[in-house]
Amino acid sequence: MFQLVSDQPLILARGLAKRFGDFTAVDGIDVSVAPGEAFGFLGPNGAGKSSTMRMISCVSLPTSGELRIFGMDPAVDGSAIRARLGVCPQLDNLDPDLSVRENLTTYARYFGLSRAEARRRADELLEFARLTEKAGSRVEPLSGGMKRRLTIARAMVNDPELVLLDEPTTGLDPQARHLLWERLFRLKQQGTTLVLTTHYMDEAEQLCDRLVVMDGGRIVAEGSPRALIETYSTAEVVELRFGQIRPADIVGKLEGIGERADPLPDRVLLYTADGDAAVAEVTRRGLQPSSVLVRRSTLEDVFLHLTGRTLVD
Amino acid sequence: MVSTMLAVRRLAPRRVGAVINRNMGALRSGPSYWLVLLSGFFEPLLYLLSIGVGVGALVGELRLDSGRVVSYAVFVAPAMLAVSAMSGALAETTFNFFFKMKYQKTFEAILATPVRPMEIALGELSWALVRGSLYTGVFLVVMVALGLASAGWALLAFPATILVGLAFGAVGMAVSTLMRGWQDFDLLSTGQFALFLFSGTFSPVGDYPAVLEALVQATPLYHAVELVRGVVLGELAAGLLVHVAYLAVMTVAGLLFAARRLERLLCP
Ligand SMILES: Nc1ncnc2c1ncn2[C@@H]1O[C@H](COP(=O)(O)OP(=O)(O)O)[C@@H](O)[C@H]1O
Ligand SMILES: [Mg+2]
Repeated sequence: MFQLVSDQPLILARGLAKRFGDFTAVDGIDVSVAPGEAFGFLGPNGAGKSSTMRMISCVSLPTSGELRIFGMDPAVDGSAIRARLGVCPQLDNLDPDLSVRENLTTYARYFGLSRAEARRRADELLEFARLTEKAGSRVEPLSGGMKRRLTIARAMVNDPELVLLDEPTTGLDPQARHLLWERLFRLKQQGTTLVLTTHYMDEAEQLCDRLVVMDGGRIVAEGSPRALIETYSTAEVVELRFGQIRPADIVGKLEGIGERADPLPDRVLLYTADGDAAVAEVTRRGLQPSSVLVRRSTLEDVFLHLTGRTLVD
Repeated sequence: MVSTMLAVRRLAPRRVGAVINRNMGALRSGPSYWLVLLSGFFEPLLYLLSIGVGVGALVGELRLDSGRVVSYAVFVAPAMLAVSAMSGALAETTFNFFFKMKYQKTFEAILATPVRPMEIALGELSWALVRGSLYTGVFLVVMVALGLASAGWALLAFPATILVGLAFGAVGMAVSTLMRGWQDFDLLSTGQFALFLFSGTFSPVGDYPAVLEALVQATPLYHAVELVRGVVLGELAAGLLVHVAYLAVMTVAGLLFAARRLERLLCP
């Protein structure tokens, strides 16, 4: 037969919007995701990330705009598209009536896998998710990290070309997050296209080749984590705390140091190419911060610069 | 109409089967479920014994429209059978269906796969029918054993009870998609009980006042009772087709409505 051009985007959205009554959750976004890419939506709660993911998963139809997944229209071929997707929703919806293993085998059947295929696939995925020992257990007693890994394993049951992960590690402890990241990294290395949402900048930096920053239903910036930091921030950031003095009252005295100073409720962020030089200048001016921290710029700083707000409050 | 036909063409039996398979898995791994199943079976049977046999001793015999005279137990048994088919299907498509839809997010998870809302509705209804048929099957055996029906007519009555289960299961599912919370289920069981009392179950509707008779003839359990009783007593008449049509419309309308609502609720 014929082969589709391989660089055809897996996801193509133009002016994509979602409204609930009068409320606009997604306000005309343009997105294109290529095969093999790890793509992220970074934004705070309420930015419209889940609404976007649900449209891409073909469980929610766009209110307006154009959306193509694998070149197909979700309004027409929703079922055929979903057959090739793996979806890990924001909130786990594992089946509490079934065992860990049955959660996988049962789900496989929805994709039309035979009983034997379902069993074989479940065993592989239990191994992948490091849940082989829990195979016979119910879902409820599992830890948050285990449930999340099971949900991701379930999303892989149909060997999807595109995996959608809505806040894969929110609410997990650091150890559980690192294990999950490591599993997702393996998927990425196998060439699976990943699309994820997160409000953790470290997660976006770890996993995403390219991302968009979302706020209030719109995309406010797009690029690789490194490019975004280079464009919207400086190489280093100095965090200054001044005890009793309000950060807003101090900013005036920092003028001219680095590129700019942002007062937050509890500290001042000083954006500069050279952190140590900036600290020296602060001391020379006779200011006495109660604590000083020099660090590299992160996506958090990009977000703060673009929206004036922090990602996680 | 055209879109409905198109939608039907795209349904995959395999995916409907996968939904049934999920419920079978849940049944196997939950021991409490078996208890629920068992109690659902005993309820109509106890009614049959207490009313059919107990009240029957007081009432004695009863003359049917056809002029045939039968014992009261023979008259009541097919109605209890129809009630059993109704309750069996309803138990699954109301309470359990609602729980899976609203709290357990079972259908939400399924809708992220190629399975369509109508395939969920069909799978759930088929499963309800498996449960309902278990009740009615055993019930029919008991009726034959007690001499309340002949084996031949009982065999023919089985498909009639399946149609009853389909009709009530589908409508029950549709109603469940409209439920706001558990408090609404009290309303539903009150309605179910009212149908149980006034559907020509315990006395021929001809004995009701005219207004009540007309009202009862509009309600679904009446048609179920008349159909099942007609077949069990071997009184086949063209009029039974009206009941068949009524129940068939319930099935199709209930399914279409339920699938529509599932999509509206779970795919906003
Ligand atoms: N089904 C819905 N009905 C009404 N409002 C909704 C619905 N889903 C999401 N929203 C609203 O849309 C906005 C964006 O939500 P969401 O897409 O979940 O954002 P995020 O995932 O980035 O936190 C929120 O204000 C939320 O309340
Ligand atoms: Mg979200």
